[in-house]
Amino acid sequence: MSDTATVENATPKVEAKLIPIYIMGKMYEVPETLTIMKAMEYAGYKYVRGAGCRGGVCGACATVYRKPGDYHIRVGLACQTVVEPDMYLTQIPFYPANRAKYDWEQIKGECEEVYEAYPELFRCLACNACTKVCPMEIPVMDYVSAIKRGDIEKANELSFDCIQCGLCSTRCMAEMAQYHIAQMVRRIHGRFHTPQSKHCEEQVAAIKDGYYDDALAELKALGTMDPTTYEETPGIKKLIELYQAREGEPHTAEEFWTPESDYALLKSNGK
Amino acid sequence: MKLGYYPGCTLKTKAINLEVSAVKSLEALGVEVEELERWNCCGAVYSLADDDLVHLLAPVRDLIRAKDQGLDKVMTLCSMCYNTIARANLLMRKDEEKRDAINNFLEEETDYFGEVDVVHYLQFVRDDIGWDKVAAAVKNPLKDLKVGPYYGCTLTKPGEIKIDDSIEPVSFKNLIEAIGAEYVAYPDAETCCGSYQIIGNPEAALKTTATIVESAEKRGADALILSCPLCEYNIGRRQADVRGLREGLEPLPVFYFTQLLAIALGLDIDTLHLDRNMPEAQKLLEDKGILATA
Repeated sequence: MSDTATVENATPKVEAKLIPIYIMGKMYEVPETLTIMKAMEYAGYKYVRGAGCRGGVCGACATVYRKPGDYHIRVGLACQTVVEPDMYLTQIPFYPANRAKYDWEQIKGECEEVYEAYPELFRCLACNACTKVCPMEIPVMDYVSAIKRGDIEKANELSFDCIQCGLCSTRCMAEMAQYHIAQMVRRIHGRFHTPQSKHCEEQVAAIKDGYYDDALAELKALGTMDPTTYEETPGIKKLIELYQAREGEPHTAEEFWTPESDYALLKSNGK
Repeated sequence: MKLGYYPGCTLKTKAINLEVSAVKSLEALGVEVEELERWNCCGAVYSLADDDLVHLLAPVRDLIRAKDQGLDKVMTLCSMCYNTIARANLLMRKDEEKRDAINNFLEEETDYFGEVDVVHYLQFVRDDIGWDKVAAAVKNPLKDLKVGPYYGCTLTKPGEIKIDDSIEPVSFKNLIEAIGAEYVAYPDAETCCGSYQIIGNPEAALKTTATIVESAEKRGADALILSCPLCEYNIGRRQADVRGLREGLEPLPVFYFTQLLAIALGLDIDTLHLDRNMPEAQKLLEDKGILATA
């Protein structure tokens, strides 16, 4: 089902009180139960970009707002934040932020490589504006500090919930793009500082050894859809059947669930 | 006894030989350090511009973290951290107007009025433990080792935060004697090592460093001790470049003072992390019979 919002499905079925909000300075009356994103659609804005996942994880809909009588800058994700009366808001779907280029194959996993890619790290004055503007409540300045002292593990841990919305970089007086730096650090952490997945290596080796070759050939032999009529051939019907009957981890599976099928996943018992 | 501890960035990587030897030595002397749970880079250099409040945010924030953690004293190891944080602390105590401006800006933090005392490790050992106790705890006196002190600039200047006399400091002398080594006086123990000039104007830094090395060698020093990672970098790890600048210079091993303290207290060689020192450092200790030869 498409999740595209329209005026119809953005309008609540139950009568909600209308409150005034100001989108880029212009006042609109919107139902008080809506998120900022739905309220903007209710007010007539159409998202071409900057809507993103609508689930609070992609960072596309970062929004800044203020309320009368309060000098603080407030932030939220438009898809998650419910409107408040008299909020003045604008969405910041994109903010220029340079991402360093580096050859991942050449990276050795040392913090100096991060410093070389992002020397602006050392312009940080610990003003903490980044932390204050993070809609995920990440202690951004603290992870920047951790990177500066070479503590990759700590920086990884502190920045892990980052959704790359980029609001930190909009406020940085050192003009850095903290979230790109943190991403490089998390990559380094993942590759050099965490135990590597042994079963993944085994699985890849098994694929290379031809463990799935027969199964793949069997599927390929089922043929393709008729390229002119797009009609389902018996082979395709069989393919759909197999797909629908495939074994997957149930939503309510136990922690140590393992598949029954030999083909579903290479088992650790030496197959 | 528990003591608040602000490590500073370098001590977690490049100068881990300073941190580990220092913390373990204090443990051997009966003091446990409590590292700040949250801390940021202090900025390393105290801004001399009178209206430059923004550079004070970092050290003041660290002091607030110490206060939040219930500490009334915070100890630093790096001389530059000491200098920066102690001066920021002094300003928060004395300059009401700037203090208000900073507290107002740092509104998400606890207000700070300079409640925490900032001390340097050397000062703490001298004042809170005492040289007599240090000498009594020595298990492996460093006999036959002639050691020159290197104070650098930031421990003893400016006057309002100095831990010792600015002209004739004696703390390192007392330490050297307490650990059973021979103290070597030389005139350049407070000559600047060139500091950050090593980046923008390396030759200037190496030149002044050559003077320090030459001066200490002429008076017979086998080694220098110091407490600042930047001084250590200029005089120690860059020493091959230093020697290239002036004829007749021999390798002069440079140690963090806590490394010699640790070895004198009989701590394991692992606490010294000598792989972080210039290569001649370990050899000197072996030659003098202080470390068993591998």
